[in-house]
Amino acid sequence: MSEPAAKASRWALWLPLGLFGLFVALVLYGLMRPASHDIPSAMIGKPLPEFNLPAAQPDRPGLKRADLATGKPRLLNIFASWCIPCAAEAAQLSELARQGVEIDGIAIRDHPEDLAGFLSRYGNPYARIGADDVSSVQLALGSSGVPETFVIDGQGTIRYQHIGDIRPDQIPLILQKLAEAGQ
Amino acid sequence: MIAEFGLAALWLAGALAVLQLIAGTLALSGKGPGLAGIVRPVAMMQGVLALLAFASLILLFWHTDLSVKLVALNSHSAKPLIYKLAGTWGNHEGSMLLWVAVMSMAGGFVALVERRLPEPTMLATLAGQAFVSIGFYAFLLMSSNPFERLPQPAIEGQGLNPLLQDIGLAFHPPTLYLGYVGLSVAFSFAIGALVTRQVGPAFARAMRPWVMGAWIFLTLGITAGSYWAYYELGWGGWWFWDPVENASLMPWLAATALLHSASVLAARNALRAWTVMLGVVAFSMSMVGTFLVRSGILTSVHAFAVDPERGSFILALLAINIGAALTLFALRAATVTEGERFAVTSREGALVFNNVMLTGILGIVLVGTLYPLLAEAMGTKVSVGPPYFNPAGAMFAVPMLIVMAVGPLLRWRRDSFSRVRAALVLPLPLLLGLGLAVGLAFNRGIGLLPAIGLALAPAIMLASLLPLRARSLKRTPLPVWGMVFAHFGIAVAMFGMASESAFSSERLVAANVGDSVEVGPWKVRLARIEPIAGQNWTALEAKMLASYAGGAATEIDPQARSFWTPPQQTAESALLTRWNGQLYAVLGEQAEDGRWQLRLWWKPFVPLIWLGGVLVALGGLLALIGRVASDLRRYVVREKIADRRQRQGR
Repeated sequence: MSEPAAKASRWALWLPLGLFGLFVALVLYGLMRPASHDIPSAMIGKPLPEFNLPAAQPDRPGLKRADLATGKPRLLNIFASWCIPCAAEAAQLSELARQGVEIDGIAIRDHPEDLAGFLSRYGNPYARIGADDVSSVQLALGSSGVPETFVIDGQGTIRYQHIGDIRPDQIPLILQKLAEAGQ
Repeated sequence: MIAEFGLAALWLAGALAVLQLIAGTLALSGKGPGLAGIVRPVAMMQGVLALLAFASLILLFWHTDLSVKLVALNSHSAKPLIYKLAGTWGNHEGSMLLWVAVMSMAGGFVALVERRLPEPTMLATLAGQAFVSIGFYAFLLMSSNPFERLPQPAIEGQGLNPLLQDIGLAFHPPTLYLGYVGLSVAFSFAIGALVTRQVGPAFARAMRPWVMGAWIFLTLGITAGSYWAYYELGWGGWWFWDPVENASLMPWLAATALLHSASVLAARNALRAWTVMLGVVAFSMSMVGTFLVRSGILTSVHAFAVDPERGSFILALLAINIGAALTLFALRAATVTEGERFAVTSREGALVFNNVMLTGILGIVLVGTLYPLLAEAMGTKVSVGPPYFNPAGAMFAVPMLIVMAVGPLLRWRRDSFSRVRAALVLPLPLLLGLGLAVGLAFNRGIGLLPAIGLALAPAIMLASLLPLRARSLKRTPLPVWGMVFAHFGIAVAMFGMASESAFSSERLVAANVGDSVEVGPWKVRLARIEPIAGQNWTALEAKMLASYAGGAATEIDPQARSFWTPPQQTAESALLTRWNGQLYAVLGEQAEDGRWQLRLWWKPFVPLIWLGGVLVALGGLLALIGRVASDLRRYVVREKIADRRQRQGR
């Protein structure tokens, strides 16, 4: 073996230690990071997918993509009558609706009677409610659970995703995201 | 009393490990002439004490001593005895104690039997084993004391995860642990050899039985784990590339490479630095795997001990042990000369190729397992599954399997393919013919990988028998039989895997009692649904009558089981095995209209996956018996010669 080659291979002997150092750095980051199991949608910043859902309630129309691109930012709320955090969130949605925010809903795997009961008990802030009985639109939106709320801008582009229920102190945040989407 | 005794034994064992490290190090540097003599006895004593500590914990679980916190949290008086005992290692503290006990007993056993290596190398090896053990003793005693008492005894225990109440799972973790921790011996041997620069055939021969033993347990553990996931989780799959599965696969891959490179070192005194490196890597992968599972750093279906503090502790241990070993390697390996040369076309050449490919697969699995974490560090969330692992792994596995078929036919040092061409007269046309047939089938929608597997597997099965040709079967050494069994088993398992993904049929139906469902060649009738009760569960059991291709009906009874401590539902699948495959049935929930959800699979040749795994382990066992027997014979002969010399001298 020639001299430079020997020198090079001597450096190569440190390579395993270097790789191991990278591994330790990576898992250290993993241990330090705040524990979060939120899975953000890959659809943020992209236009809504094409969909057309039937009406979930007789007194409200169904929901299709075109309904959400109205030139004005709106909220799209993914919910279900069987979902307990959704019930906790209803008051905040009603408050947002009272302040003039337009909200559309998608009911996930729900029955019309159950949904009617839910809406009469907790209020109905929705302009339209689409029935997504097999979660197909939910999955297309990149939503991994209920409740989730999307901010849609006037062109029908997803601008923000809120995972979990909207808490009372998060109303200003939602209003701010709506304002940003309107600019 | 038993708990206190166990804790005392554990403390003593830890103290002896410290003594073993200090005495070994001092003796090595020539500072304590009398100290060299105590290292071996101390190592044996430490092994005995660690075993006593573990036995104490088993006893506590046996009696369901609810004044002990660990028992109260993980056991229950109404649980069947076998699961009470299995509960000993079905939790974090108990499994870490098992880990330490196995490691110390392995160290003690090495101290007891190993006489081939020069004494300084042995001292360094035992000191290395103690160094690794100390960290784990500290971990147990400081942050995971299994013997902690409750201020007030609990009235009743809190049970064991019902998913874990399964005979396969009761013995699956200890089997894997014997494998993981057995590799610590190879690690210590590598440290010893690096410290004293004694890397040679004697080192390889001393290390090989340990690696082989650990590897057999790993093979069995992985096989059993895969079968458990298959029938207990009720998803019909047998491998999910889950981080926990990968954690067991990575040490196996490294140990497989190590076995083969140790053979080269033992027979030909080549691949010295590489073998030492693999010795370090194999146990490192065991520790990395344990860390990944225990820290909860990766999301896994198996996450049963998620605790960041413990994760940090194991990470610190891992960083110290592996970091120190790799630093030692970097400093010393340059002085370990590469040893004998060999031609590319030779037994060594084939084994090197096998090693590179195995290391490649190991890299693929490691990167795939860690990638979600890396991606998160970069700001995105992804999960990595079969679409990555299968093709990326196959890229290395397919060439490796072909070389596996040809390699054993080659001679050591230098050979030419023209000499072995004659031997391949059967497998090669078989491969081409099957390739063509499967290529046609490929047009009908079989995936590329299963098609390759189906074509390759029979040819490799045949080729793996070739080393037996022109040999007297009676006089063929056991290690050769072992190799043939293991290689044949790999091909058998591969056929099962390929067949499972190519030919499985699945039905998901809602059926009324009395309905019949067809799946593949089977016709399955849902005869009735009955409630039944077990020791700590109740279940709804479906009586199904399954008939194959219009033949006589056999009854199978899948259950939907409800445990009450803690309340949990599990699906107990029912399996019906024929020579050519398995029928797999799962009973789901009842819909509002009274129909039952049934899931049925027909999986042709799927049992071959696990049969292959068992064959591989059996091959390892044959090789191990052969090696140990010839070592013993050599030892007896050497004793006799020494004895005669002594008498002649007198």
